[in-house]
Formats: sequence, C-alpha cells, structure tokens
Amino acid sequence: MLAFTVMGSFWLEVIFKVAVLKRVKRVVLTIAPVAAIFLVWDLYAVHVGHWHFDKKQILGIYLPGQIPIEEFLFFVIVPLAAIMTIEAVRRVKSHWAVGDER
Amino acid sequence: MSYTQLSCIAVLAALLADSQLTRTRMIFRKSFWTSYAIILPFQLLTNWWLTSRNIVMYDSHQIIGWRIASAPIEDLLFGFALVLGILQSWSYWGKKL
Repeated sequence: MLAFTVMGSFWLEVIFKVAVLKRVKRVVLTIAPVAAIFLVWDLYAVHVGHWHFDKKQILGIYLPGQIPIEEFLFFVIVPLAAIMTIEAVRRVKSHWAVGDER
Repeated sequence: MSYTQLSCIAVLAALLADSQLTRTRMIFRKSFWTSYAIILPFQLLTNWWLTSRNIVMYDSHQIIGWRIASAPIEDLLFGFALVLGILQSWSYWGKKL
C-alpha cells in the first residue's frame, strides 16, 4: 500500500517538477507536528484495541509502543503524497492561492 | 473514547486549527478541495486494500458500522483531518520560512 502511494504520487516530483523533496526543512516542519499528533492517536488506538494489524501481513518491525514500522511510514508517505498533490495542482492552476504566497 | 468520537474530534480540531492556529483558511480554497478530490479516490482504494484483506482490522464496538469500500466511515474523517492538517501546515510553513 505504501509502495502504491509512492508510485501514485512521486512521479509528480519528476513530471511536474513540484520539488517537494528538495524543500527538506519545510517538509520536516510541516509533517513532524501533524504526524506526532496522529502517532499519539495511533498509539492510543492500538493500546485500547480500536484497530489491530495482521501480524502475518506486516514486516514485524515495531517502534516503541508496539507501533508497526509501516504505520510510522504511513504518516510520512501519505503527507508527502498530499503535499505533492497540492503542489501539482498549483502547477496547473497557478492563479489558485494555496495561502503561502508572498 | 470510541474511534467514531475521536475521528469527529480530529476533523473539528483540524478545522479549528485552520481558522485559528495556522489561519491558512484552507477550507475556503479551490486548491485545497481540488487536492482533496484527487486524494480521496486513492484513499478509498488503499483503504479498501488494507481492510478487505484484513491487514488492518477494527473493533466493531468502536465504530458506527457504516462502511465504504470495505473501510469504516470513520477512516474518511481520519483521512480528511490528516490531509487538512498536513496541507495547512505546508501552507503555514511556506509563509513562515
């Protein structure tokens, strides 16, 4: 699923030259606080049993708190895909403001 | 709290942050809604994959029980909050840096 998301979005980096991956500082500042909140939610959800994962269908590598590594990567890959999407939209519709214009 | 309650709170928190914290007003922008419209079918597809193959399973007592493409409706609220959170953060830091 993560590989599919990478394939589905990262070509925007090449074809539309959205240059998201080059803006490392902005990417880190953007994703870190949001991912942190969602990982806390995930941690809670896993611990109280809102959802769980099939052990046979994940790598079996866990972060502290029994969070599968795939779940951590989800909160990096999906945000990157979302950012690349809005930057690609901006490439096509340059008059549509994103809110960061100066 | 149930997943249903938490997913509703997440959407409200993302909306509140958009208007009061980052003040990016993403929900009034065509750029945001167009991006979300592109992302949504991919979310439905990947969600369907993860839930129909039982890679991720949900406690039936923690969800309302309505499902779209095999995934709980709560996942759409979760996804919307995540996308709105990330895109307003991207817009915010773009202006700030």
